[in-house]
Amino acid sequence: MPDWLETLIRVLAVVAAFLTLPLLVGQAEHKVMAHMQGRLGPMYAGAFHGWAQLVADGVKFVQKEDITPRDADRPVFRLAPVIALLPYLLALLVIPLGPGDLVGQPLDVGLFFVLAVVGIGVVAVLMSAWASANKYSLLGGLRGAAQLLGYELPLVLAAASVAMAAGTLSLTGIVEAWRPWWLLWQAPAAVVFFVAGLAEIRRPPFDMPIADSELVFGYLTEYTGLRFAFFLLAEYVGIVVIAALTTVLFLGGWKGPFGDAHLGWLWTLLKVFAVSFVVIWLRVAYPRLREDQLQRLCWLVLVPLALAQLVLTAAVRVAF
Amino acid sequence: MGVPGEGLAKGLAVTLKTMTRRSHTQQYPDVQPELPPRSRGVIALLEENCTVCMLCARECPDWCIYIDSHKEEVVVPGAARARQRNVLDRFDIDFSLCMYCGICVEVCPFDALYWSPEFEYAEHDIRDLLHGRQRLGEWMATVPPPPAHDPRGEPAKEETAARKRAGSA
Repeated sequence: MPDWLETLIRVLAVVAAFLTLPLLVGQAEHKVMAHMQGRLGPMYAGAFHGWAQLVADGVKFVQKEDITPRDADRPVFRLAPVIALLPYLLALLVIPLGPGDLVGQPLDVGLFFVLAVVGIGVVAVLMSAWASANKYSLLGGLRGAAQLLGYELPLVLAAASVAMAAGTLSLTGIVEAWRPWWLLWQAPAAVVFFVAGLAEIRRPPFDMPIADSELVFGYLTEYTGLRFAFFLLAEYVGIVVIAALTTVLFLGGWKGPFGDAHLGWLWTLLKVFAVSFVVIWLRVAYPRLREDQLQRLCWLVLVPLALAQLVLTAAVRVAF
Repeated sequence: MGVPGEGLAKGLAVTLKTMTRRSHTQQYPDVQPELPPRSRGVIALLEENCTVCMLCARECPDWCIYIDSHKEEVVVPGAARARQRNVLDRFDIDFSLCMYCGICVEVCPFDALYWSPEFEYAEHDIRDLLHGRQRLGEWMATVPPPPAHDPRGEPAKEETAARKRAGSA
């Protein structure tokens, strides 16, 4: 197989995953949230239990008028949704699905790359907030900036802990080095990473930048139609990326009870969906954190915890 | 003070438990709702029982019952003179005014008004909510039989009275 064909197939596969997994997660969110609240959720679209609800939503968003406010900074305003969405696509490119070659693009500094790329999300938030020329957008953007910059630290520290344990920055390498007892050893880092990841993708209970009950819709207030849909899609892809990263870094990726060599992709997907379920579950169960509680959790709980985990990881590494 | 994080765990448990239970949503247009007994949907008129006593129209708090009638002479063979009888010309209930208090049904001494559980009679024009005598009569077919007496409830007034009479006699 020529190189360009293989590259093409890999890229297409990643794009396919990029387009389908978030829809699955989004549909699961509709349904799981509904049933957790004693409702049924969408039931009509697609005839069977509303399976096509998100497709219908997409069609609806396409039909909506695309409005750019008069005072908005037009190019920035229009670019922001793309900037919000694209980093996650790049992140999916290096996350391994199975052992060996089952990864969009094997990268030696995969972890570094993923963290750097996910961090671009902050820029999208700031761009949309500032360019909208709207006070609610600006307030949401400022909250978002404070939150995202703060939570970046525990996220990176927790990821550093597992990289230190595995002795590599390659995501494939980390999964290969992973052993079941790491579940215990790296548990604090896993929790810190997951919580900080939730905050990074601005999921409830960390949705202070959007906070629809006080800021209209935060930095998304002025967005309509397809651009708004892009931001929504970015949220769901964000869930997939954070779930996949948690899976790969802390839950052993493709390692399952049996048949890792052939069923690895299945274990990875199962774990990703399980973690995504927890993300949705947390959204339903917990109310939004207040701004001061948000910062307190980050700086007084997560950062010290992550640092302690780093010390523990280093100690265990040196001892054995 | 309990274990730290107890509340967080409880929150997760509640949502998870709710998810495993059946949801409460009624899929109304697809599935007809199971209405409780004695549901107040619409008022039905049994015209034969009506004597045009006007009690319902007078007791109605928002005056939504309109009754017109005339008197007819009924010649009874053997009687000294002809009797008079009320004949119903018009019996309308305006359901745009009705507040479903049921006083008319309660107050009717001849059991001419009944509650029917039918509720799907919304109209595009508010004037169509004025149900005439014909329409009110058609609702009679939907009136359910009266619910059985509660075996542990108080006996009916008639029963008590009959028993008392039997005892005293």
